Amino acid sequence: MTTRREFLVLATALAVPAAAKAQLDPNLAANRKAAFQAAFKRIVGDSPVRPGRVKLTLPPLIDNGNSVPLSVSVASPMTEADHVKAIHVLTEKNPLPDVVSVHLGPRAGRASLSTRVRLADTQTVTAIAQMSDGSFWSDGAEVVVTLSACLEEGLI
Amino acid sequence: MARAVVTLPATARRGEIIEIKTLAQHAMETGFRRTQIGELIPRDIIRTFRCAYNGVEVYRCDLHPAIAANPLIAFTTVATESGTLSFQWVGDNGYAVTEIAPIRVE
Repeated sequence: MTTRREFLVLATALAVPAAAKAQLDPNLAANRKAAFQAAFKRIVGDSPVRPGRVKLTLPPLIDNGNSVPLSVSVASPMTEADHVKAIHVLTEKNPLPDVVSVHLGPRAGRASLSTRVRLADTQTVTAIAQMSDGSFWSDGAEVVVTLSACLEEGLI
Repeated sequence: MARAVVTLPATARRGEIIEIKTLAQHAMETGFRRTQIGELIPRDIIRTFRCAYNGVEVYRCDLHPAIAANPLIAFTTVATESGTLSFQWVGDNGYAVTEIAPIRVE
């Protein structure tokens, strides 16, 4: 016969994984991918995005995703006629795809940005530059994150 | 009280590209974290950063929760004339900090 204590131990063992599972969104990966694509589309519209001119620098292996040094530089003469209008940084697997959007002009001298970001997972980070002539250029960097930032759903 | 630190050269030659580093003291609470009893901690972040050179905007950033706590923003600008650079951070819950730094251009 099952004692009361045995029953309680068994019940807890069964209930905990079920509760953890209930919090997981089964479509998490698909939702994040859709959010990334929506953010990408919002920035570039229907214009073609070409690789090159943008250089995104991130450490390839990240111990702590809470503070990751990120820098972006774009090859541009930065004159009134030909300059970088905006730089956007997007992530695939963070809860929100947007990281930072920079708006600049010829007065910036160089199209560059250095900051520190949070990364939730091993993923590809994308930087997009919008030129004054309306063209878009991008660069991606693959990073491996061992300790994730924002420990939330989907990362249990 | 919220603090911010800005580093830039005090003097520059005309037309020189100067590097500016800014650091604001802010937790940048993402809005995705929970307390131990499972309540969501509301988002509290800096939304925008602006740098103006003698009143003309030269650099602006829209920040999102993916920016680490105490946001560091390093960028460049062209030293055109003597005057002041103003740096402004605006965020949730009425967060607003302005720093002013003088520059002498020769």
